[in-house]
Amino acid sequence: MTTSLDVVLWVVIPYVCLVVFIGGHVWRYTYDKFGWTTRSSQLYESRLLRWGSPLFHFGILAVFAGHVIGLAIPKSWTDAVGISETAYHVVAVGTGLLAGLATLVGMTLLIYRRRTTGPVFSATTRMDKAMYLLLATVIMLGLWNTVGSSLLSLSGEYNYREGVSLWFRGIFTFQLHPELMAAAPLSFQAHGMAAMAIFALWPFTRLVHVFSAPLFYLWRPYVVYRAKSDRFGARAARPGWDRSEQTRR
Amino acid sequence: MRVMAQMSMVLNLDKCIGCHTCSVTCKQAWTNRSGTEYVWFNNVETRPGQGYPRTYEDQERWQGGWTLNKRGRLQLKAGSRLKNLATIFSSPKMPSIQDYYEPWTYDYEILTTAPLQQHTPVARPKSLISGKDMKITWSANWDDDLGGSEHLSADPVLAKVSDKVKLAYEQTFMFYLPRICEHCLNPACAASCPSGAIYKRAEDGIVLVDQDKCRGWRKCVTGCPYKKVYFNHKTGKAEKCTFCFPRVEVGLPTVCAETCVGRLRYIGLMLYDADAVLEAASVATDHELLESQRGVFLDPFDPSVIREAERAGIPRDWIDAAQRSPVWALINTYKVALPLHPEYRTMPMVWYIPPLSPVVDVVQETGEDAEAAGNLFAAIDTLRIPVEYLAELFTSGDTAPVTAVLKKLAAMRSYMRDINMGRDGDPSIPAAVGMTTHEMEAMFRLLAIAKYDERYVIPSAHAEQAHNLEELATECSLDYEGGPGMGGSGPFGEGSGTGTPLAVESFRTLKERQTSDTATDLNEPGARVNLLNWDGRGTPPGLFPGPGDPPDHSESDRGTPDRGTPDSGAHGTEPKP
Ligand code: HEM
Ligand code: SF4
Ligand code: SF4
Repeated sequence: MTTSLDVVLWVVIPYVCLVVFIGGHVWRYTYDKFGWTTRSSQLYESRLLRWGSPLFHFGILAVFAGHVIGLAIPKSWTDAVGISETAYHVVAVGTGLLAGLATLVGMTLLIYRRRTTGPVFSATTRMDKAMYLLLATVIMLGLWNTVGSSLLSLSGEYNYREGVSLWFRGIFTFQLHPELMAAAPLSFQAHGMAAMAIFALWPFTRLVHVFSAPLFYLWRPYVVYRAKSDRFGARAARPGWDRSEQTRR
Repeated sequence: MRVMAQMSMVLNLDKCIGCHTCSVTCKQAWTNRSGTEYVWFNNVETRPGQGYPRTYEDQERWQGGWTLNKRGRLQLKAGSRLKNLATIFSSPKMPSIQDYYEPWTYDYEILTTAPLQQHTPVARPKSLISGKDMKITWSANWDDDLGGSEHLSADPVLAKVSDKVKLAYEQTFMFYLPRICEHCLNPACAASCPSGAIYKRAEDGIVLVDQDKCRGWRKCVTGCPYKKVYFNHKTGKAEKCTFCFPRVEVGLPTVCAETCVGRLRYIGLMLYDADAVLEAASVATDHELLESQRGVFLDPFDPSVIREAERAGIPRDWIDAAQRSPVWALINTYKVALPLHPEYRTMPMVWYIPPLSPVVDVVQETGEDAEAAGNLFAAIDTLRIPVEYLAELFTSGDTAPVTAVLKKLAAMRSYMRDINMGRDGDPSIPAAVGMTTHEMEAMFRLLAIAKYDERYVIPSAHAEQAHNLEELATECSLDYEGGPGMGGSGPFGEGSGTGTPLAVESFRTLKERQTSDTATDLNEPGARVNLLNWDGRGTPPGLFPGPGDPPDHSESDRGTPDRGTPDSGAHGTEPKP
């Protein structure tokens, strides 16, 4: 039985977060390209960043890849190609643990650095603090799910690929399964909830830099030339200042 | 052949008095903002010295610029593209704020708020990075005038020479090296930028950072071997020297050149073959780079070049300007200008006439005549320290081109002395350096007495383009500061939000006011001097209101068509009744 609370928690909130996530990015990109940056703090401090940042980033990118596999690829597909449940489990938990730990260590270093290096701390915005709070929550809950639930089976046998994953895919295919989340262990519920919160916050933090990952760099010519455009000025006219049709060339 | 035009500069180092006026005016114009306190788009270094940031010339340490890879192909010294991306999370070779210097201000407030006390209150230095009290230990020109020469041994250029020649105390020499971004033909900063936000303008070759496209990957800081891209630590974006493009577009020289006390900067166009750049930057040995870069430049008088330039869309008056370019004359005709560190292989476009003064000083100290060509020639040949040092700076260690330039300068010095003393010039002196007397005098004219419009030959952008170009200004790094809705730090951090156009005073108005002869329009009765335009010389008419002048508020009188006020826009264009 699904209560209306379940619907709010696992249907309404996900969609609200999704809309904020997408709309927020569109809005931010339109109105604040100048603010779209990593806000690197390497000028202030390199020693801790040299370890913390790569550990965190490579870790979180691996975690992200893991989530794509775990959440987006149905169990029936892996079954079809003959990957046994145990094999999948061992690989997923093993790499997940490794990536999660790297992320956690990296993030700890980054947060420690942010707090203790004077200049970095004074360049920390409120958004940074909120972001790190949520990020840390999500990551620690995620690790807990891997260790406590999947490895030690503390909350009994729970196969997220038959629960959380179905719910997650349902969001995008409009086959809504709030009951699956309602039945999931508390730590999975909390992980999902915190993740949704960080997605809603995402467009308003420095995390937007993720969408600028400059892979194109590998293919483009080294030196970029730019000729001026025919446009009046360098960027599109501000609202209300468009030229009238007659004068437009 | 793909002809492109490049706005470029030559600096005559003999004339630099190290006054830092260029740095200060540049800073006031461009980097007098939060986040750029430590940034000097123009800085003046005393050489020998560590430079700014410290030891930036040691590319084994900082990995800037280009190098040839194993297959002889040009590659960023910091590594392949893949390596560049793989190290993006923490840039391995980025100078820290300490390598520049920790900027500071003083706690001035204490001077007025301190209670009555026995000792005078002291305004303590406060770090602009951490906000805390700090001890000042370094700055952008800490070793100015060899001050603190205990730091000299850290000069990477000196390190290359001094294992061969010991820097004897009595042979100490020094000169000043003003530096801006080189606006390279093969910019390593642009090549290092993962986002492609750094671009070279196709029209005039000025290298700019698109502030809306920069994502703060800070790879360009490593890429530039001259360390002339800076990271704005408040906005999280890279910024660099803009060659004052809003001024250059309307035909005005850069701020550093305009305000240079020594009048030693020359600005002009160079035409070059963009298709030949890569090959020229890839020659096998460093010593070939000077000639290979010279080979990229195109003769603006050559009819085939003119034809190709016109085909490439370069306007006729730009070709004329390229022909009159003092930069072309100094680099090519007289061959006295040399590039700074060609071995970085970025094909820099701010060139230098090396200083003869260290040689002259040494000759003078010996009590010999320091204006006799023979003495100077002999000194250039025997004085290894200044010559080798200069060669490390300008010709990747090859002393021959430096010696040739210094001899030309020495020849000019002694040849012109005779003429200035009212004697006949000795034609054997120019002949000794392969020049005619006519060439020698023309070079002297350009180096010693050239007027404003000979030193700066800057074609302005075309009237039909001017509107576009003027507001190109919105791409500059000043764009976002102090605009509406910018009350300090927004939720996304300092400097976020939409921008405002740069042009507050139109640069055309500025030019009019700078090039007009009078401070007022004298045809206008009762005209008053706009004190902002008054240069302080004398008392122009209208500085003080005369007794018979109509009072100020006769607005209706000003601007009637028959009185003609050419610069009052709308009024002046009203039809006659
Ligand atoms: C996809 C490719 C990504 C690239 C190229 C990238 C690159 C960067 C860079 C260059 C910095 C600045 C480090 C510094 O100099 O201070 C940074 C900071 C940061 N990135 Fe990423 N990032 C990526 C993905 C991510 C992801 C997926 C996350 C998290 C979900 C993330 C979270 C962060 C955080 C929290 C910081 C701030 C670190 C600090 O200074 O405390 N990044 N990133
Ligand atoms: S000198 Fe200027 S153009 Fe050349 S690499 Fe450095 S920043 Fe780029
Ligand atoms: S203003 Fe001219 S003379 Fe003074 S330091 Fe700058 S380049 Fe040298």
